[in-house]
Amino acid sequence: MRITINNTSEQIERDQLTVNELIRYKNYTFKLLVTKVNGQLVKTHERDDVLVREGDDVQILHLISGG
Amino acid sequence: MNWVTIKEKISNKVVGIAGCGGLGSNAAMSLARVGIRNFVLADFDVVEESNLNRQYYFRSQIGKKKVDALAENIKLLDETISIVRHDLRLDPVNMPEIFGSCHLIIEAFDRAEAKQMLVETVLAHWPDKPLILGVGMAGTGNFNLIRQEQWDKNIYVCGDSVTEISDENPPLAPRVCIVANMQANLTLELLLQGK
Repeated sequence: MRITINNTSEQIERDQLTVNELIRYKNYTFKLLVTKVNGQLVKTHERDDVLVREGDDVQILHLISGG
Repeated sequence: MNWVTIKEKISNKVVGIAGCGGLGSNAAMSLARVGIRNFVLADFDVVEESNLNRQYYFRSQIGKKKVDALAENIKLLDETISIVRHDLRLDPVNMPEIFGSCHLIIEAFDRAEAKQMLVETVLAHWPDKPLILGVGMAGTGNFNLIRQEQWDKNIYVCGDSVTEISDENPPLAPRVCIVANMQANLTLELLLQGK
């Protein structure tokens, strides 16, 4: 499927993935993320349930400590 | 835009400061200097000696609540600035009431977990309220890695996004203040645009 991740179009070699599967697929190693799919916030506990499909717009923000 | 006009345009704006540590204290002081007249400050911590390498506090303020110490310092600039203080730990339940009146929120927590909670709460309650995050400002040097990014319609990120605090990478005034002032600069820009 072709999806958009943080405004960049990407080809993912799966038909669909949960948000958590996508995070693993992309090898995102940061522990704390904020995720949105098609503009909707997907909270941490929802990431195993929400699916990403062809054409979806995914936004992932990673957060690190310091301030 | 001249100075008088800038001050006029922002005089009624309310800025929320979520966390009064290195980012929050420095951003608030810069904004107070340029004419922000209404602040909502939230923090549960007290000033410690170890904070003085980056936070806008002084030796004589050690032991004071950060919200009180920061309010004191802002008032030294201008006694007529309005400051609402919340000496508490922000959570998804108390936050909507605390920051409801703010036109814009500066995220200035130290822990990534708290940053995540704030982003999710703002997205859930106020998709139209600008939120400016500070992410990645530990250590020294690497100035060119620091940048400003718009992540979402109203969510902005200032910092290098990679340098996490650690024993080897402590947060220190120069880089922390750069990021705090990027947050203040963007706050001013957005408020002048009418946000």
